Amino acid sequence: MNILVCISKAPDTTSKIAFTNGNTQFDENGVQYIVNPYDEWYALVRALELKEAQGGNVTIITVGGAADDAVIRKALAIGADDAVRIDASATDAYFTAMQIAAYAEGKGFDLILTGKETIDYNGSQVGGMLAEALNLPYIAIATKLDVAGSTISCEREIVGGVQEVEVQAPAVVSCAKGMAEQRIPNMRGIMAARTKPLTVVAPVALDALTTYSSYSLPAAKSSVKLIDPNNLDELVALLHNEAKVI
Amino acid sequence: MNLVYINSANGLSKAALETVTYAKKLGADVAVVTNANASAETLTALGNYGASTILQDTAINGQDPSQLVKLVAAAAEKVGASTIIFSHDLIGKAVAPRLSVRLKAGLVAGAVALPEPDGSIRVNVFSGKAFGYVRVNSNTRIISLLPNSIQPEQIGGNCSVEAFDGQAGSSNIVVKATKKPEGAIPLPEAELVVSAGRGLKGPENWGVVEDLATALGAATACSRPVADIGWRPHHEHVGQTGVAIRPNLYIAAGISGAIQHLAGVNGSKVIVVINTDAEAPFFKAADYGIVGDAFEVLPRFTEAVKRFKATQH
Repeated sequence: MNILVCISKAPDTTSKIAFTNGNTQFDENGVQYIVNPYDEWYALVRALELKEAQGGNVTIITVGGAADDAVIRKALAIGADDAVRIDASATDAYFTAMQIAAYAEGKGFDLILTGKETIDYNGSQVGGMLAEALNLPYIAIATKLDVAGSTISCEREIVGGVQEVEVQAPAVVSCAKGMAEQRIPNMRGIMAARTKPLTVVAPVALDALTTYSSYSLPAAKSSVKLIDPNNLDELVALLHNEAKVI
Repeated sequence: MNLVYINSANGLSKAALETVTYAKKLGADVAVVTNANASAETLTALGNYGASTILQDTAINGQDPSQLVKLVAAAAEKVGASTIIFSHDLIGKAVAPRLSVRLKAGLVAGAVALPEPDGSIRVNVFSGKAFGYVRVNSNTRIISLLPNSIQPEQIGGNCSVEAFDGQAGSSNIVVKATKKPEGAIPLPEAELVVSAGRGLKGPENWGVVEDLATALGAATACSRPVADIGWRPHHEHVGQTGVAIRPNLYIAAGISGAIQHLAGVNGSKVIVVINTDAEAPFFKAADYGIVGDAFEVLPRFTEAVKRFKATQH
């Protein structure tokens, strides 16, 4: 089974979020990038488990500049066989998905995996866009993934519950918690990652459909109002009269 | 014309009313497209929220996003839609991106407000730690609206229901089983949420949490460790890797407030934190705080809510 895992860089969860250039750009100053956790912990690790059990190849792909090679090497250290970087700035989800689709078209991948969303732009868009561009079935936000022959079985979240579904390969699946457990790369993996193939591909010409015109930070929270633990009637009155939520 | 996709399989959800209200407030006539077998009587209630036409295709069950995308695209063409709106729920997340590629129309994923004066639309970014303002560069735009971002508004009005054939083809996805907990309020739609963490010490102690939730009419939720050790089901886990919610009121008992947990709840309008540790980081994100033992505070809270509810009738 040949699996393509789409990965994105994302700022470490503890990064300070700030903007520059009149609030039009994310301030990367001091930000440490990691592999987006959903892409790494669930999509990549599950792909490796499937390969270990059934044979095949796991390729990772990302859209980004040369600075992203560090996160690519990390994903290779966890165990992916080879990597592709499309050499362009990932301007929006559409641009990113269409670049990956242009690369994947005709390459014979049986399964294309993404994380359920990135922890920076949180749009949950690339998987569905890839599926449409490649005319493939799409299982969104899967919490389990198994493959038997050409049948892909998943458990996916639905509004208010979960559902077991099956689809024939090839297909696109976006991966969420429950699918696999995080793997810490070992020294051998880190050494091996240095020599694994990383192909840099030129982007195809296309325009983004959306632009972030600016950013803002939420208003600072006013300090907490402490309530006497023996006077819950006061809290209920505040929630009713002041906060107006009950 | 603004077009709204709704899933009416279980009647009209709050998400459906929110999206129709949002579409109406954008300022053009509103058409709705839906795929389920809901009765005309159920669907015409959307007239009250601003819909003028409803296109209903009962031939597809709504389980395969590649069918739904064809249905919505066909409806968009029929009504000449310039804006297409979904709820940013599990169906919207699967279908809206497909539609964006099919129509080459920019998608604003997870809108939390009506457009700004310059036409850009606010979304949450960096897991709720900041807002981004998205501008769509194409003529047609698609918006998926984060649940609980707008209050449904009844404006009075009528609408007609029309049978519609979206030519959606057959489904590639075979559904083997569906598991839905009975009677529970789906967390992303809940306006009030009572949540607890490891401070509750064991699953047998959840009665105090459930009692408060029942008294308030709230949904229950939990922190990640609690779901991971199996005290509570995974679908209750809110946080970075679980469900992100934005209720009007989030009550957290025995949860310290790690940054990953906050990422799932920082869109809540009002946060109440109950913790024995006055230094718990969650108090910094809270509107109201109680330093105290959840086992004492929660039952008192429940009684206070009952006393309050008794005065409201």
